[in-house]
Order: sequence, then structure tokens, then C-alpha cells
Amino acid sequence: MSNRTLQRYNDRERMNHWVVALLFVLAGLSGLAFFHPSLFFLSTFLGGGVWARILHPFLGVAMFLSFAGLFVRLWRENILTEADKEWTRHSADMLRGDKSKMPPVGKYNAGQKGVFWIMSISLAVLLVTGIIFWQPWFANAFPIVLRRIAVLLHAAAAVALILGTIMHVYAAIWVKGTIRAMTRGTVTEAWAKQHHTLWHQEMTGKREGQ
Amino acid sequence: MSSLQSLDIAKRSATTSPSTQARTHVTEVAKLIDVSSCIGCKACQVACMQWNDLRDEVGENHGSYDNPRDLTPQSWTVMRYSEVEVEENKLEWLIRKDGCMHCEDPGCLKSCPAPGAIVKYTNGIVDFISEHCIGCGNCVTGCPFDVPRISKADSKAYKCSLCSDRVGVGLEPACVKACPTGAIHFGSKEDMLDYGAERVADLKERGYGNAGVYDPQGVGGTHVMYVLQHADKPNLYHGLPENPSISPFVSLWKGIAKPLAVAAMAGAVVAGFFHYMKVGPIETKDDNTSDDSPKA
Repeated sequence: MSNRTLQRYNDRERMNHWVVALLFVLAGLSGLAFFHPSLFFLSTFLGGGVWARILHPFLGVAMFLSFAGLFVRLWRENILTEADKEWTRHSADMLRGDKSKMPPVGKYNAGQKGVFWIMSISLAVLLVTGIIFWQPWFANAFPIVLRRIAVLLHAAAAVALILGTIMHVYAAIWVKGTIRAMTRGTVTEAWAKQHHTLWHQEMTGKREGQ
Repeated sequence: MSSLQSLDIAKRSATTSPSTQARTHVTEVAKLIDVSSCIGCKACQVACMQWNDLRDEVGENHGSYDNPRDLTPQSWTVMRYSEVEVEENKLEWLIRKDGCMHCEDPGCLKSCPAPGAIVKYTNGIVDFISEHCIGCGNCVTGCPFDVPRISKADSKAYKCSLCSDRVGVGLEPACVKACPTGAIHFGSKEDMLDYGAERVADLKERGYGNAGVYDPQGVGGTHVMYVLQHADKPNLYHGLPENPSISPFVSLWKGIAKPLAVAAMAGAVVAGFFHYMKVGPIETKDDNTSDDSPKA
């Protein structure tokens, strides 16, 4: 049984995910360059300060649009339910290495759902606020006070997105057998059963019913 | 302008290390614009264009003397004409030479993300070093006076340099040189405050009880100051702000938020690393027990 695998993501979902990931890296490098003087050197990776400034908003819009593709596919499965409260309550135990108290979860646990919504909301904020001070196309259409607020919210949303992504990447590295869900599209049945029991039941139930 | 004066740089945008401090004896300079002596001839605008070699587009008449109607990347100073009645039936024509105020605490420099694109010299002049400008427009949001303008041709920000190149070799700014009525003065900030006080005393004698020098302390004082007949109502002078300061949104973003957020992001990565080393990965257990319920 341990050699059998389950399909977790299809090819489209995986490619969509990696497009978002690449755009996140590029938009992130250019954005961090403007965020703090100690990180300005990151603009070198995009061809210097001026090119980073030119490219950043286009990369950001592309990231938003490609994430929207994932959002449409995945939002339903990420709706938080009563059962997620129980999981959240015991998440500290899990971080200490004790998974025994974790309730069975479906396709996504509360942590994954949280990351999904952090990313969705912060990307929406990034898009709206980013347009407000996008030079030279849109910035001059907005009053300066609004631009000041937009810059602040843009930075805050970017930090939330980056922190969410750090959690997302770490969880994938931490829980062995996870990364192949995005590189091959499949996970082992043992992995599914251990980490996403209800999803495993749902998947295998269907398969046995065929 | 140029970065030849590297020993004279007191503050540099997006730079966390200290600036050069070898020179400690530099006198702070200031320009004092006596609005009550200005006749609105625009010789200063012309002199600015000529010295800085700028050519704005010829504008249109909009029914007032304001031309161009606003500061532009090519017009670093413009005359603002305000017709006001401070007392009823007593028309006053207030003419203010607008441009960069050269704040002691410059909001543009604070909000600029490009290292060295904005500098403040030890003599107080705030200057844009165009070759380092990346064109993001943050200086526009940082400025409490709405002064910097981004060029559509090259996406660089421009504003009055207080003729830092002239001042650097002991000359006064071009506008000061050209003013035919002596309404624009230039010298040490101390001398300008003294002279301003004299002018204010004169104006008070002539019936302007609220005359005063405009040197707003919300931005640490400015290196361009005005003598105003109605210093209690600076707004009369084409919306000169009453108590300008760097917006709290800008201060928050460029103040505490930046280092805290960088610490949070770097901290999250470091925390992840040590968590992995301490707790170790979660391995998938070999599932030899067939259809048992999840491990209790």
C-alpha cells in the first residue's frame, strides 16, 4: 500500500503554482530592494534600480493574475470550518513534534488554509495599493495623501505575503513527502493517510467505488 | 547636481551608515524671500531657467499671471499670484515664489529608496543626484510641500537645487542674483533670520500686525524662508501649509516599520532553520498496519 500514490494536483495546477512562485521571487527581490537600504543590492538581479522599478509592478500584476488562477481552483477547499479550530488549538503541540493530538483533516489543514487566505488577501491589497502609486502610469491620478497610505499598506501587505510564503515553504520542507505534490502531482497513500486522513478516505473511497 | 561635494554631505537617502563628518564648521545657509517686496516680475524664474539651462514648454494664459501654472521638471520655481481680501474691500495681491523649501528634515530624502539619490549638504541644501534616481516617485509622497516633479521624458525627479553648484563656489543662487527689488536674500541662516526680523518689525510698523518669518519647525526649519505680511495665515499664499511636517504615514513606514519588518522576515527564516534542527522533519511512517485509523 505504501507504494501507491494519489493524485493531489493536476499538471495545470502545478504549472500555475510554479508560475506564481517564479513571479513571487522576482517581484519579491525587486520589492525588497526598495523596502530597506540593506536590501537595495537585490535590485541588481533585475538589472539595477531603474529596471527594478520599471519591472516590479508588471511582475506584481502578473503574479496577481496567475494567483487568481489558483484561487479560482482552490478557494472552496480552503474555507475555514469549525473543525479547523480544534487543529489550530493543537498546532503548538505539533510544532513541538507531537502530532498525536491533531484531529484528522481534509485536503488542507487550518495552517494551509490560513496561508492561502494570507496570500489571497495580501495580493489583493498589493494590487490595489500598487496601482495607486505606479509611476508613471497611474500615480498622478491619485491625491498624494492617498498615495502615502497606499505605500504604507503595500509594504505591510508585502511583509504579510513574504511571512506567509516562508511558512508555506518551510512546511513543505518540514513535512517529508510534501514537495512531490507540486513536482510530480502525486503523494504517497501513506503520506495522505498520515497528514490528510479525511482527504485520503475521500480519494480512496472514490477509487474503490469505481 | 554633482556629487563633487562628497565631504559636504550630511544626509544621504537610503543609507544606514554615517555620512562624512570631517568638516564640522560649515555655516548653514538660507534664502529669505520677502513676499512684501516682491513685484511678481518673474526675473527669478527666468534666471533659474537660464542658470540651470532648462526650457519649459510655452504655456497658455489661464486668466492669471501664473505661468507655468505649476512646478514642472523644467520649472523649478514659479510665482504664485493670490488675490485675497484679508480685510473686507481691501484687495491684496500676494505673490509667492514657490519651489523647494530645503527642509532641515527633508521628507523626500526620508522616503527615497535609492541610495544617494537625494542628499542634504552640511550647509542645509537638499539636492537630487539625478544619476541615482530610479523614478519611483516616493519623494513626491514624502514632500510636505508638493514640490518634486517627475519628468515624463526620463522618469527622474526634479526640483530647485538652491543652485548648489553656485553656492559651492561662493556665489548666491541665480534667482537671488536676478531679483531687481532685493526681495530675495541669501546668506547664513542666522543672518537671514536677523534680516527677516528687521523686515517683520518694519511691516508691523506699517500696520501688518501679524507679519512674521515662515520657518516651519515641523520640518526642523527650512533653508528657504519667507517674510509674510500675514504669517498667521500662510494658507493665503497659494496654500502654503500652516504647520507642515512629514506625514505620519511616511514616518511610520520609513521609521519603525522598516527595521521591524526586516527583522520579522529574517527572523522567520532563522526560526524555521532552528526549528528543523531541533524538532526534525516529519517523516512519512511506513504503513504496514493496513487500514487502521490514524495514529492515536
